[in-house]
Amino acid sequence: MTQLTVNNKILEVDAAPDTPLLWVLRDHLAMTGTKFGCGMALCGACTVHVDGVAMRSCVLPLKALAGKSVTTIEGLSKDRSHAVQRAWIELDVPQCGYCQSGQIMSAAALLHANPKPTDAEIDAAMAGNLCRCGTYPRIRKAIHRAADLLA
Amino acid sequence: MKPANRSRRDFCRRGAALSGGLVLAMTLPAFGGRAPAGRPRSGGTSPQEPLNAWLRIGSDDSVTVLVDRSEMGQGVYTALPTLLAEELEIELPLINIVAAPVGDAYVNAANGGQVTGTSNSVTDAWEKLRTAGAQARMMLISAAAQKWRIDPAACRAQDGRVVGPQGKTLSYGQLAQAAAKLPVPKEVKLKPKSEYRLIGQSQPRLDTPGKVDGSAEFGLDVKLPGMLYAAIALPPTLGGKAASVDSADAERSAGVKRVLNTASGVVVVADHFWQALKAREALRIDWAVGANASLDNASIFSLLAKTAASNPGLSSKKIGDPAAAIKSAPKTFSAAYELPMLAHATMEPMNCTADVQATRCDLYVGTQVQQSAQAAAADAAGMKPEQVNVYTTLLGGGFGRRLEVDFIPAAVQASKALGAPVKLIWTREDDMTHDVYRPPAREEIAAALDASGKLSAWTLHITCPSITARFDPTNKDPFDSVIEYVQNYPYAVPNYSLSFTRQEIGIDVGYLRSVSHAPNCFAIESSIDEIAALASKSPLDFRLELLAGKPRHINVINLAAEHAGWGRPRRPAQGRHLGLAFMEGYTSVVAQIAEISVTGGELKIHKITCAVDCGQLVNPRIVESQIESGIVFGLTAALWGEINVDAGRVRESNFNTYRLLRANEMPELEIILVPSDGVPGGIGELAVGPVAPAICNAIFSATGARLRSLPIAAHKLIGS
Repeated sequence: MTQLTVNNKILEVDAAPDTPLLWVLRDHLAMTGTKFGCGMALCGACTVHVDGVAMRSCVLPLKALAGKSVTTIEGLSKDRSHAVQRAWIELDVPQCGYCQSGQIMSAAALLHANPKPTDAEIDAAMAGNLCRCGTYPRIRKAIHRAADLLA
Repeated sequence: MKPANRSRRDFCRRGAALSGGLVLAMTLPAFGGRAPAGRPRSGGTSPQEPLNAWLRIGSDDSVTVLVDRSEMGQGVYTALPTLLAEELEIELPLINIVAAPVGDAYVNAANGGQVTGTSNSVTDAWEKLRTAGAQARMMLISAAAQKWRIDPAACRAQDGRVVGPQGKTLSYGQLAQAAAKLPVPKEVKLKPKSEYRLIGQSQPRLDTPGKVDGSAEFGLDVKLPGMLYAAIALPPTLGGKAASVDSADAERSAGVKRVLNTASGVVVVADHFWQALKAREALRIDWAVGANASLDNASIFSLLAKTAASNPGLSSKKIGDPAAAIKSAPKTFSAAYELPMLAHATMEPMNCTADVQATRCDLYVGTQVQQSAQAAAADAAGMKPEQVNVYTTLLGGGFGRRLEVDFIPAAVQASKALGAPVKLIWTREDDMTHDVYRPPAREEIAAALDASGKLSAWTLHITCPSITARFDPTNKDPFDSVIEYVQNYPYAVPNYSLSFTRQEIGIDVGYLRSVSHAPNCFAIESSIDEIAALASKSPLDFRLELLAGKPRHINVINLAAEHAGWGRPRRPAQGRHLGLAFMEGYTSVVAQIAEISVTGGELKIHKITCAVDCGQLVNPRIVESQIESGIVFGLTAALWGEINVDAGRVRESNFNTYRLLRANEMPELEIILVPSDGVPGGIGELAVGPVAPAICNAIFSATGARLRSLPIAAHKLIGS
C-alpha cells in the first residue's frame, strides 16, 4: 500500500511501486481524465501537477510520490470554474479533446508561475503538449484570455 | 470510402425498414433491455418517446438527439443537432447527445454504410436532419391541436413548446407521447435561410464542457464492473505471426489472468494494464516473419517506379490526344512526384472494451464504422451481428484510422475466454508500428505549352497500392479513391489524361485524412507551378487564366492572394517568399498561400493564409477550427511525415521518431470563410492537401529548387 495525496484527498493505493502515476490514476483510482498518449513523456497528454508543478504522469512511478500532492484535471476545479477551463469553454478550444486535459494542466501551471505570459512564453511552456487536431492557435488565445480572467 | 457490404446486410434485422425516414415507436438496441453499467442513457429520468430515429423527448421535457456520426473532433455532436434543433425550435444547450446504435436509419448513403468519413456528415445530414426536426415539430403541433381541438395552423412551435391561441401552451414533454403516435408528415416545408436562428451562428460546441474537466468518455476511459485489462504483442514484422509462444513467465507475472495466442497477436490479460504491459515483456515468442522480411522503403519506391515505367495504367479519363499534343509542342514538361507513407497517429491509441456474455456482446469503442465494428465483434465472438451492441465513445482522433476494426477481435476473444469485460489497449509503439499507412505513391506528370504559351496538354499517371481492394473487396471500381481531385481537374486544358496502375507492396494501406486529395493536390499544384515558370508567368496569373469561367475557384484564390499580400512588394531584408496552392474537394474549394523564408538552409514558415468556400456555414467557428486543424495536419505531413520500413518493420515508433508539429512551431494562420448559400460542403479534410504544395512552391520562389517528394525535411535546402 502506498499513500499519496490526490486532489487534496489522502488515498491508499495497492499497486506495484513501479506503476506509473498515470495508470494508478486511471485504473486504480478511476480518474480517467488524465490520458495515455505515448508512455515516454513525449506528448503531454498525461500532464498533472505534482506539488504545483506540471509533470508527465506516464513516467512518474508511484514510489516517487510518497508525501507529494498530486492535482489532476478532476481536481483543477469542482465546476469548470478555473480560469483556464472558463477560457477553454469561451473559445471552444477542444476538437477531439483527448489531449486537452494535459493542455489545460500545462496552461494552469504556466499561469500559476507566470500570470501574464507572452506568446513566446506560452509557446515554450506548451511545446511539450502535442495536439494532433491542431488546436494550438486557440490554446494560445485561450491562455491569454485566462490570464485576463485572472487579472 | 465504403465499409464492407457484408456487414451492411447484417443490419436489416427485424424487418425494421428505417430507410431514411421516421419510424415511430421503434426499439433502438441501445435503449432496449438492460442498460449496461455506466452508460449514459439520456439527460432525463423519465422514459423518452422516440419521435424518429434521431430524436427522443421525455415527459420531463428532456430532449435527446441520437447522433449517427462519430465525434472525433470535427464537431458533428454540435453541427448535426443544430440542423435538427433549427427546425424543431429548441435551443441547442438543452439537448443531450447520445451516440446512435447500429441501424439502417443511420446509413450515410454516399458512404454506403454507417460511416463517418469523406467529410460528408453535414452534407449527408443537411436535408435529412432538418426534415426530421420539421416532421417532429409538425407532429408535436398536431398533438397539441388535437388536445385543444383546434386547427394545427393556429399553433406554432417556440422554445420547446407549442403555443396556441389565447396564450395556451404545452411543452414538448407533455406532447411527446401523443405526437409519437401520429403519422409522419410527408409534406415538409423547411425554413428559408432568412429564418435561421441557429444555422450560420457559432453556437458553442456541446462537447466542450466534458472535454475541459476530464469527464468526456473516450474508448480508453470505459470502465465496467469486473473489467480486466489487456496488452497485446503484435508481430514486429508486418504480416508476421507467432510461430510459438512460451508464456510461462508471463503467466506467473503479478496480476496476470491469462495469455491468449490470437490471430491478431499474443494477448496478455491482467487485473491492471500496467501488469499486462510488464507481463508482455516476459513473453518469449518466436515470430514467423512472413513475406515482408526484406521489404524497405527503397524497394517500395523502386518497385513503384519500375511498374510506372513498364505499365501505362488503366485510363480513368481522357480528353483529346495528349500524346500527340505533347509530341508537337514547343515546350514540354515532365516530372515524377513521390509521396511517402504516413501514420494516422491519433492521440488516443487504438483500444477496445468488449463484454461478451452468454447471448450478447457489448462493444465500447471509438469507431468510425459501427456496422463493421459490430460484424468484426460478432465474428470474433461467434455470434450474430444483432447480438452485438456497439456503444460508440468519443474518438481521441480518427483521421481514418478508426475506419479499421483490426484492434477489435482480440478484445472480444479475450473477453469471451475470460468471461469478463476486457479493455485491450495498444501502446503508442503498437499503434505507430501497426497502422494502416497512407499509401506510398508515384505520380508522373507530362504536360505541354503550345506556341502561345497556353497549357495544351496535362497528363497524370498514378502508381500506388489500393486501399479499397482490401477495405471493401466487394467494391469493383478499379480506380479506388486514388483519382480523387484529379478526376475533377479544375484547370482548362484541351488534352488531358488520368491513368492509374495498382501496385501492391505487401503491407496494408489505409484511408488517412484527405486520402488521395493530398497526394494528388501535391502533384497537380506543384506541376502547375512548374509549368507556370516554364511559361514565364506568375503562378497566380497562370492559374487564374486556366480557371476562367469558374467564379468560385477564382474567388478563393483572389481572396487568399489579397490577404497574403500577393503581388505587393516584400521587404527584401525579410527574405519572405510566397507559394500558392488551390484545391477543389468535398464540394468545397480552398486556396492557400504559404509565406516562408529560407535562411542558411533553414526553412521557416511564417504564415499560412487560407480562403475557403464550403457552401452554407452551419457553425462558422467549427468550420474555422477544422480549417486550422487541416492546416496543422498538413504542416506535420509536409515537413516531417514519413513512415520508413526496414526489413519489414516500421522504424518510427513514438513521437520522438514520428514528429508532429508542436505549439512553438506553429505559423500564423489567417482563415477567410466565404459566405455562401450553397449546400454545406466538407471541411474536415479540405485544408490538408494544399499545405505541402503551397510551401514547396514558396521554397521554389525562395531558392529555385523544386521539391518533388515529401517530406521537406528529407531535402537539403540551400538558403537564399
